[in-house]
This record gives sequence, C-alpha cells and structure tokens, in this order.
Amino acid sequence: MSALLEVAAVSKVFRGLIAVDRVSFAVPTGAIFAVIGPNGAGKTTLFNMIAGVYAPDGGAVSFAGERIDGLTPDRVCRRGIGRTFQIVRPFPALTVEDNVIVGALLHRHHARDARAYAHALLHRLDLYDKRARAASSLTLPDRKRLEVARALATDPKLLLLDEVMAGLRPTETDRMVAILTELNRETGLTILLIEHVMRAVMALASRILVLHHGAPIAEGTSEEVVRNPAVVHSYLGAEEV
Amino acid sequence: MVGRLIEGIPRRTLLLLLLLLAAAIFAPLVAGDYLITVLILIFYFAYVGQAWNMMMGFAGQLSLGHALYVGLGAYTAAALYVHFGIGPWIGLLVAVPVAALAGAFVGYLAFRFRVGGVYFAILTIAVSEFARVGFDHLSWTNGSAGLFLPVAQFSHNDLWHLRGHPVMFYYILLAATVLAFLGCRMLLQSRVGYFWLAIREDEEAARSVGIDTFHYKMVAVVISAGMTAFAGVIYAFYYNNLFPEQVFHISSSIEIILGPIVGGIGTLFGPVLGAFVLTGLAEMLSGALSVLGVDIPGAKQVFYGICLLLVIVALPDGIWPWFAKRLGLHGEHK
Repeated sequence: MSALLEVAAVSKVFRGLIAVDRVSFAVPTGAIFAVIGPNGAGKTTLFNMIAGVYAPDGGAVSFAGERIDGLTPDRVCRRGIGRTFQIVRPFPALTVEDNVIVGALLHRHHARDARAYAHALLHRLDLYDKRARAASSLTLPDRKRLEVARALATDPKLLLLDEVMAGLRPTETDRMVAILTELNRETGLTILLIEHVMRAVMALASRILVLHHGAPIAEGTSEEVVRNPAVVHSYLGAEEV
Repeated sequence: MVGRLIEGIPRRTLLLLLLLLAAAIFAPLVAGDYLITVLILIFYFAYVGQAWNMMMGFAGQLSLGHALYVGLGAYTAAALYVHFGIGPWIGLLVAVPVAALAGAFVGYLAFRFRVGGVYFAILTIAVSEFARVGFDHLSWTNGSAGLFLPVAQFSHNDLWHLRGHPVMFYYILLAATVLAFLGCRMLLQSRVGYFWLAIREDEEAARSVGIDTFHYKMVAVVISAGMTAFAGVIYAFYYNNLFPEQVFHISSSIEIILGPIVGGIGTLFGPVLGAFVLTGLAEMLSGALSVLGVDIPGAKQVFYGICLLLVIVALPDGIWPWFAKRLGLHGEHK
C-alpha cells in the first residue's frame, strides 16, 4: 500500500509559540488514521495545514505524490481532500439538501445530477427525511453528519474529520462509527480523523498518532498506542487502561 | 426550454405570474400617461433591484455604489449617440462592457486584497463618488453642465434609436424585468447560483468544498454591473439629460437598493414587489399631496425612510417571504 497522504516534518509557529513541531506521518490509501492528543497539542493546526488553511512554516505535505502545502483550501479540496470543521459550519440558511448539492456540484455541472448524488449521500447519513429543512434548524449531531455529507459530496479520496464525534451521545457516536466504517469498507475512502472520543478512535482507527505540545510522542496501531507509557502518562491517564 | 423554466413552480404561483404578466402587458391600453410614467419607474427599479440583488442577495456582496454602473451605461451610450450618432442598441455593446469592466475593477481590488463586508461597501461608494467627481470635469460629456440628447418626438416610435412615446420605454423595461427575473432564476438553479449562496452563507466553508470564491464573486459583480448598465442606457434615452450630480449620486445608489430590501433580499420576487410597493406608494403619496395642494419637499425620502423602518422592525426578511406564506405559496419564499 502506498501512502496517499504524506506529512514530512511540518512545523507551524504562531508568534514564537511552536504549535506543531516537525510532525511526520503517512496515511496509506484506504486506511483510517487517527490523530489524538490533549487540548492544545496542535491537532487542529496540523489539520489546517493539510487542508490549506495555513501554510506550514517548515516541512512538506504531499497528497497522491504531489506537494499540496501552501495551496488554498479550495485547491486542496479540488485535489481530492474533503474536510469537516471542528465547530460545525454548514450553510445555515440553505436546506440540508442544498448544502450537500453545493458540494456535489464541484465535480458535477448540472444541479439535477448533483441532487441525485446528494440524495444518495443523505440516505447514507440518515438525513434524507430532513432534506427540506434549513441547516440552521438541525440539532448538533445532525449538523455533524451534514458536514460529513457535504464533504463527501465533493468526491474526496481523503476525508479529514475534525472532532466529528465531539458532543455526540454514545449511541450517536456508534452510529457515526458505523457509517464511517461502512464508507471506508465499501468505497475504499481514506479517512484522517482528529478525535477525543477514545471509544470511537479505538473502534475506527487502524493507526494512531499521538501529539503532545505540538510534537509526536507515539505512533502505531491502536493496541500499541494505548499501552505506550508516555501516552498513558500525558493523555489517557492511568485509570483508562 | 419552457418546461425547464417552469419546473418546480407551484401551479398557483405560475397562474398568478401569468395573470400579473397579462395585466402588465395590457396596462397601457387603460392606463393614462401619468400611470405609465409611474409604471416605467417601477419596472426600472424592479430591474436594477434584481441586478443588485444578484450581487447582494445571492453572492452576499454589499454594493452601495450601483449608481456607478447606471451612470457609466447611461453616459457611454448617450455620448456615443451625441458625438457619433451611434444608436443605443449598438451603444449598449460598448456601455455594458464598460460597466462590467468597472465592476471587475472594483471586484478585483476588493476580493484580491480580501476587502470584505462593510469595507467592500465603502469601496463601492468611493469608486462611484470618484466617477461623479470625474464626470463633473469631463468635458467630452459636458461636465457638470450635463449631457443632453435631442428631445424625442412622441409622434412616432423609433425603437432603433429609442426615440418615442413613454409606452415604448414601458414595454422595454417590462421585457427587461421579465428577462432579468427569468435569468436570475436560471442562474440561481445552476452551479453558479449554488456557489453564490454558499459564499453568501459562509465563505470559508465554501472554500472548503472547493469553490474558488474569488472567481465566483468576480462573476457576480461583472454580471450585476453589466445588467445595471442596460438600465442606464434606457435611463439616458428616456430622460434625455444626464447630470453627474444626479446619476452618480449616492442617493441614486440607495434608491436602487431600497426596493430589494423592502421586498426581500435574496428572493426573486423581492426586488419586483419592493419596486411596486415603494415607488407605487411614493407616487401615490406625492399625487395625493399635490391634489391637497400641499408641497412638502423631501416627502418621498421621508416616506422611503418610514417604509424601511417598518420593514426592518416588522419583517426583517422583507415583504415577499411574509407575502408568499400568506398566499400559501409554500417553498416559493426563498
């Protein structure tokens, strides 16, 4: 398996504070890869460098063999990377359906085709019955799923999920895990997620990278990582093991 | 083609629209000269309101300087006519690109350098003010003394040179309003339209789904400016005189945007309804005042102010969304 996403020694400095310090990892095609770590560990900054919101101050991000660091977010998306936002931002006044149609129009030129594809995605994410409602009227779990649907509509090869489980109840988390697993298995979609909810991480991720103070402290399979003493000490806490 | 145009419109709405259109087409048969001039004003504002609404209501870019495009269209066509005898329809081929280019200039300055929101609005005011002062001193268009077109004869209608009876202008503006409405509807249902709405709603989220926001905002400004310039050409040939202090004045820009605001920003019917309500009522008011023999300068402006206040307080989304709900036109209030 070749690496779809390759992050090589990227760094980001905000006014002298090193938010991300020479982080490297590779996400193989078809994998579900998780980045975990305490608040302020630099996860979202790392994520934003991949998505094109920030250009790294050092290092390189390659996607499908090409450099993407420094590209604008819309270019990154057109290369095949879809993303969600940690604090959800659907298009509030648009209907659920129209939110997804916007994404689907990236690679489809007719609204009719985009609508048909959007409906398929809304079915998959349990939102079809709510398709005529304004996005602003949805509950948080629904908005989170809407963000996933909108990102998927752009036909990504890699899906970036920024704390998509945060604020969900355990049953909702399980449902999201099931949806993502299904997507990964059926379509071969590669997923990179930032997550706090260990229950979801353990169920989903084949590999985990642990960040602490902007630097990687561990990387490996989920079993390896939860047994790593450094990870237990700095993030998980002894009682969770 | 017709099938696609009426796709997704409820029967009742379609019937209502056809009735209104029929009424508008036959109106000159019964309406007197005065009513025709009022209707001309209404359709003029419905048309430019639609053009402005495309930029603000769809793409979310607030322009407070649309008088710039009216003025450029009007002056370009009028000057070509006065100096070279070039008719308005050929003049249009120059006037529209000139205004579109001005729109592209404003858009490029703003969007390239990430000037957004209020600052974008200020930039649009600034550029139209530049134009006002510039045209005040431009001798080719006779500066502040004003540019005059040979006065029209009402005896026969010359559609090619736009010389003739107001009824001719009435039909031109009616057709323009209908075409603008249909064109905006088609845009709104197309890829561009969806992308505009996404940009209006959340620009960063729009970028995250791959939308080149700079490109689509530019498209909005350029189309809106070009559309507005057509109204300017008609304005010039209808009034036969142009003064920079009038056409480029900020009050002209404000008058353009009042209709869509009152009618409902971001809706297709809003600009049309707003023009009918504002211009219609304002003319009724001044008619009533003159019957009573009362002469209050600025009564119209005060009336506009009151209307705006009422709408903002009672119906912040405009009259149309409320009206559509009352009519039971479900889903058509967007």
